[in-house]
Amino acid sequence: MFNLKRISTLASIILLCIPMTTSAEEIKTSGGTAMEQSEIDKWSITIYPDGRNLPDGSGTAKIGKPLYEDQCVDCHGVDGDKGIAPRLVGQMGYQEWNPHPLLALTVAAWPNTTTIFDYIRRGMPHHSPKTLSDSDVYALTAYILHLNNLIGENDVLDRETLKEIEMPYKDKSFSAWDLEEGGEIRGKPLNSQ
Amino acid sequence: MHVVKNKTQDQVEVAKGGLLDRRRFLLSGATFLSVAGVSQIASQSHAKDFSKFPDHMLTPGFPSEDYGVPSEYENHVKRLPEEVYGSAIITAAFTPLDQLNGIITPAGLHFSVHHNGIPDIAPENHQFMIHGLVENALKWSVEDLLNYPMVSRFHFLECSGNSAPNIISDKPLDWTCGHIHGQISGSLWTGVPLKYLLDEAGIKPNGEWAMCEGADSANHVRNIPLKKLYDDAIIAFYQNGERIRPDQGYPMRLFCPGYEGNMSVKWLHRIEISDIPSQSKDEQSLYMDVTSDGRIRQYSYTMEVKSVITKPSGKQGLPESGLYEISGFAWSGRGKVNKVEVSADGGKTWANAHLEGPVMDKCMTRFTIPWQWDGKETVLVSRATDEFGNVQPTRADWVSRFARFSHGHNNSINSWHISPEGKVSNIYV
Ligand code: HEC
Repeated sequence: MFNLKRISTLASIILLCIPMTTSAEEIKTSGGTAMEQSEIDKWSITIYPDGRNLPDGSGTAKIGKPLYEDQCVDCHGVDGDKGIAPRLVGQMGYQEWNPHPLLALTVAAWPNTTTIFDYIRRGMPHHSPKTLSDSDVYALTAYILHLNNLIGENDVLDRETLKEIEMPYKDKSFSAWDLEEGGEIRGKPLNSQ
Repeated sequence: MHVVKNKTQDQVEVAKGGLLDRRRFLLSGATFLSVAGVSQIASQSHAKDFSKFPDHMLTPGFPSEDYGVPSEYENHVKRLPEEVYGSAIITAAFTPLDQLNGIITPAGLHFSVHHNGIPDIAPENHQFMIHGLVENALKWSVEDLLNYPMVSRFHFLECSGNSAPNIISDKPLDWTCGHIHGQISGSLWTGVPLKYLLDEAGIKPNGEWAMCEGADSANHVRNIPLKKLYDDAIIAFYQNGERIRPDQGYPMRLFCPGYEGNMSVKWLHRIEISDIPSQSKDEQSLYMDVTSDGRIRQYSYTMEVKSVITKPSGKQGLPESGLYEISGFAWSGRGKVNKVEVSADGGKTWANAHLEGPVMDKCMTRFTIPWQWDGKETVLVSRATDEFGNVQPTRADWVSRFARFSHGHNNSINSWHISPEGKVSNIYV
């Protein structure tokens, strides 16, 4: 069952047993199968903050509201608050009605709008994900942004407009990988003495 | 010499003269009769009195099992279930650290957290692909990768939310060690170094990030610097020698040593190479930190140096004053543990604990120190330092850096209070 026939190695087979850190020689593998672009497209669901990979379609908060009330309200609560799932609206911080640390978080503090679209499309509604159309997802994203007073009820979200909306926390976010590690694997963070 | 009591259909002869198929015989549960030795009567007066021996020394035990399970007398050693939100889809189970020893966690007791339930994936329905900023977009079947060269490494895996109760709660909660700190476990992980696969696909010059995606129902995503994947990441197929279990990502998971647990994306099926991170949902909310001045600290990957005493620990009891062994473990997501200091007077004086080898990179290290308890109230504390000189901060130091509700990456010092009655409970120093 186990054979190395699909692996061509520059080094000898014996080298495979030596931990890679001690081996100066390179192991080259070649067992992968080329993918067609059409197959890649089928799996490519990740949206990037610059809007890369956003699909066609569009929606407004007005269209999103009834969708939300039909498919999301049971878990996320009326107007995106006080549900059994994360808060979609409001300021960060402990909530009086339920001072749970996870409910101190809110989508309003997310640095990127594209992530709202990306996550609803891949994961919501939680019990039956990937059942919404792309336009439904634009509309639900618009509804959440509207609940947070970031866009108007009739503002149209699509592949061009979504990425243009600035989230209030965009400027207040930073990457520890860049700032504390200097983008390198290191033994001590840069800011420690 | 033995004879068979009576023949059943399980006693299949494999040769003449009554030689039986041993396996079927054992499985049938039939038992042998003892043939009395010839000298029995003559030697009876010298026979030892076996009547006081326990039953298990007088009767043969049960046959071996196809897949062994722990002793029924250890049935209480279980993972501790945790609830997250109210939707019942997110579930978690913590490792009962205080009931285990050594540095390896049995697979069935490894902590696990599932945001979208545990998918049931048949290996033939799974494939792994690398595309994006690569010369050749490639895919592999599970079978393909099982035939690739593999490495084995001992590493810890810790959730960024581990020990959160000690941050969130103003008053120390009277919980067990596993309940507070049980989102860390240790295993031998075996798999294919990511760098082979990345090189096979050929990273383009502007490729810096890997968007790593799982095949669970909400396709969990973390973005990981390629530098890390080239450094020491593997696609793990085996845990402690056996294929990884569904709740650890069967048929394959990413393993990023030293990084917060959910970077080691379970059920890994897709990597997209990019110039920037995709800013996944978990990178906006659950797995970012909020600083004390209200900024969002993203991509804080490393689980920093930390230690915890597991014996004695919360809700255990010391029956009387006398000599005890204090035992616990330490780890660092940056490298090896260099030193663990223990205090038996609430942090006034410290002594170096014995580190039980081997001390390995990004792996739990067991420490012990003998302790003569005088029966008076006191506090036990441990403080670890790693090979780069990183030291565990105090709880107060840690808390001062973050917003009050921010609770990820807590590596602050842990302590246990000992009452004069010998009751052990969680405390802050
Ligand atoms: C069955 C309950 C349930 C339903 C129905 C549901 N959600 Fe969720 N939702 C959750 C849970 C639980 C999470 C947290 C998931 C996690 O942490 O991984 C979540 C997370 C989210 C998030 C990310 C919030 C955060 O801070 O992490 C968004 C946005 C979201 N849901 C939108 C929706 C929308 C839009 C709908 C309707 C189409 C919907 N949800 C329906 C339970 C639900």
